Amino acid sequence: MPVHSDHAAGHHPALAHHFQDLDQQKDTTWLAMWVFLATEIMFFGGLFLAYVIYRSTYPDAFAIASNALDVKMGLGNTFVLIISSFTMAMSVYSAQVGKKTNLIAFLILTLILGGTFLGVKYFEYKDKFEHGLVPGRHFDFASHHDPKTGAAIEHGASSSSHGESSHSETGDKKPLREIQIFFSLYFAMTGLHAFHMIIGAGLLIWLIGLSAKNTFSKEYNSPVELVGLYWHFVDIVWIFLFPLLYLIGRHHH
Amino acid sequence: MSVTTVPQQQEQENYLTAGYSLQSWFLTYDHKRIAWLYLASITAMFFIGGIFAALMRLELMTPASDLFEPDNYNKLFTMHGIVMVFFFIIPAVPAVLGNFLLPLMLGAKDVAFPKLNLLSWYVYIAGATFTIYTIVAGGVDTGWTFYTPYSTSSSQTHVVPVVLGLFITGFSSILTGLNFMVTIHRMRAPGLTWFRLPLMVWSLYATSIIQILGTPVIAVTLMMAGLEKIFKLGIFDPALGGDPVLFQHLFWFYSHPAVYIMIVPGMGVINEVVTCFSRRSIFGYRAIAFANVGFVIFSFVVWGHHMIVAGQSVYSALIFSILSYLVGIFSAIKVFNWTATMYKGSISYDTPMLYVFGFQGLFLIGGLTGLFLSALGFDVHVHDTYFVVAHFHYVMVGGLVMAFMAGIHFWWPKMTGKMYPESIAKFAMILVFSGFNLTFFPQFVLGYLGMPRRYASYTDEFQLLNIMSTAGGSVLGLGFTLGVVYMVWSLFYGKAVNSNPWKATGLEWEKASSPPIVENFHETPIVTEDPYNYANRDFIKDFPQELSKEVNARA
Repeated sequence: MPVHSDHAAGHHPALAHHFQDLDQQKDTTWLAMWVFLATEIMFFGGLFLAYVIYRSTYPDAFAIASNALDVKMGLGNTFVLIISSFTMAMSVYSAQVGKKTNLIAFLILTLILGGTFLGVKYFEYKDKFEHGLVPGRHFDFASHHDPKTGAAIEHGASSSSHGESSHSETGDKKPLREIQIFFSLYFAMTGLHAFHMIIGAGLLIWLIGLSAKNTFSKEYNSPVELVGLYWHFVDIVWIFLFPLLYLIGRHHH
Repeated sequence: MSVTTVPQQQEQENYLTAGYSLQSWFLTYDHKRIAWLYLASITAMFFIGGIFAALMRLELMTPASDLFEPDNYNKLFTMHGIVMVFFFIIPAVPAVLGNFLLPLMLGAKDVAFPKLNLLSWYVYIAGATFTIYTIVAGGVDTGWTFYTPYSTSSSQTHVVPVVLGLFITGFSSILTGLNFMVTIHRMRAPGLTWFRLPLMVWSLYATSIIQILGTPVIAVTLMMAGLEKIFKLGIFDPALGGDPVLFQHLFWFYSHPAVYIMIVPGMGVINEVVTCFSRRSIFGYRAIAFANVGFVIFSFVVWGHHMIVAGQSVYSALIFSILSYLVGIFSAIKVFNWTATMYKGSISYDTPMLYVFGFQGLFLIGGLTGLFLSALGFDVHVHDTYFVVAHFHYVMVGGLVMAFMAGIHFWWPKMTGKMYPESIAKFAMILVFSGFNLTFFPQFVLGYLGMPRRYASYTDEFQLLNIMSTAGGSVLGLGFTLGVVYMVWSLFYGKAVNSNPWKATGLEWEKASSPPIVENFHETPIVTEDPYNYANRDFIKDFPQELSKEVNARA
């Protein structure tokens, strides 16, 4: 363990031993957060690249598949997230001006909005599971649409014919595979995003705990600011995901 | 009486004697102790990887596949590649020497995020655990590249746990890179401007950028491959409409830059050692510093040269070929500048310097054959032959491992306060150097004659060269084993040294004791001159003794 040998008395309790002052500490953590977000961009970037390639290779299948998503839920979630970005920004502001009650209130609001997003996501996923839209052995898109036009998607229509067999009869097996790729990417991208939301919710709970213990002040509030940055980043990812997955190609049919 | 109290005081203070409990090692936030945790881990992984190499070389002594079934041979070269690339070569210099030296070279008390630093090591261990589990459970046979659709559809081996392990290990690399980059930006001592930084720091900075931008891409790629294997997603499987070439693009977008994660920090070590043992300032400081930046940029635009026969268009292949040639410029800047640094230098032939000579020779051969491989026609001729195997072993082992050995010998007195036995070390160096050449030079010939890689059997005419290669492998293994033995020996019985036994420049030598105290420096150093100012040092008589007196007096 490091020995705090030359620790002068009167240092801020939040100042780590190896920094000269709070300013240096703040600069350092900010830079680290931005660098971390750069790695996150590269991380999501791989998935976005795969999406772009398959979207341009299989435009029709992607249009059909994207019509199977629930735009209302996606749109509602988009609003929820944008509002949560606002409440997060208000938490950061409250921390900067040192208003503890407001800080806690806005953090809790942000947490509730984040929870709402995840709740809606849960019902969306549940819907996909129930209708056989999860890639893998039980993938079953055929019962939800007419292969000829690719237009009518009837949710809940319990067709007795299994997707695979009805398709092999019409010789229309390939689009089904391509549609499956869309759903693979849909679950990978929104799943990874939801995972980031869950981490964010954990960070918010941590911040609420720290705020209740009077950790933050006008002088020291970088954790709130850094979680704010992270939260906005996750929101921005969704701002890209929503049109790419839900909106583009809807006019096709 | 006063004479005897001085060493006692020093003894109490250094980072090695600050605590003896297991907890003081496994929960330490001290970058110097974390470097030791890494050193022990990567050495273990190096010998695990080495055992796989030895088994492969044994199989290849005879033309028939008599020692192992071809399936098991596939597992051997896969595990050799995975363990060596991800668990030894990539972390070797940054995680061991970088961790130990970076704060010392910057005049800082620690890296910017000590807890994150410890976390990186635990993440590395978690990743290594999955890989070792895979070995015990029966191995993987895909090659370390995990090319789809073989890895996701055909292979019946343990692809998922090893992919998960590498996914986790990637975060260790990202966290270390992030920590180093922020440390270099924010933790420099007063007066330590960018162009006064030791070139080792520039190398670590360049490496960090590549780690930060490249590693997340392979993480998400391996994630997709793993999910595809489990859920049959179809992203990479052509039978499900996917594109296997996309996997190769994503894989090499990281794995080519990873070559620079391996070699660039090694080059950083060479800068420090070559100046010290030539007693000269580095030739072309700024050219070398900017060559690092050049490596970063070009590392991200040459991945396609791994895919020249993988189905990309001939125009892509042509462009990647031209870009690959350009990488040679930055390597050449460095190699020429090191040679120019030695010119008219006052060279001493201690072990670290011998490894630098080894590096220069082997990296030169590795680099020049890299130019051969950049040529489209020649690349098609030797694609997936032993020529390629020899080339990347000359670059990675001849380059990185030589540099790592140079560095570990050079800074060993700083890390331990003890000197290794010089004559045995020189003997081991000669074993490593000659063993290496005997192992890999015949492989250039084998590859040129057409022996493909990844096969357990071959035709009779290749046997003589293969026997030479296997013989060289045993000499090489002996050299490395001897290295570990005398290094461990010197920990207990080595001669104690003063703070600067090589009379080197740099904050770690001039301002810190050997071994350093827990917070590195008694007071924050202030930097007033350029690095490698060896010319200036010769005016001070008995310089190291004077300095150690000064350090002891301050303590």
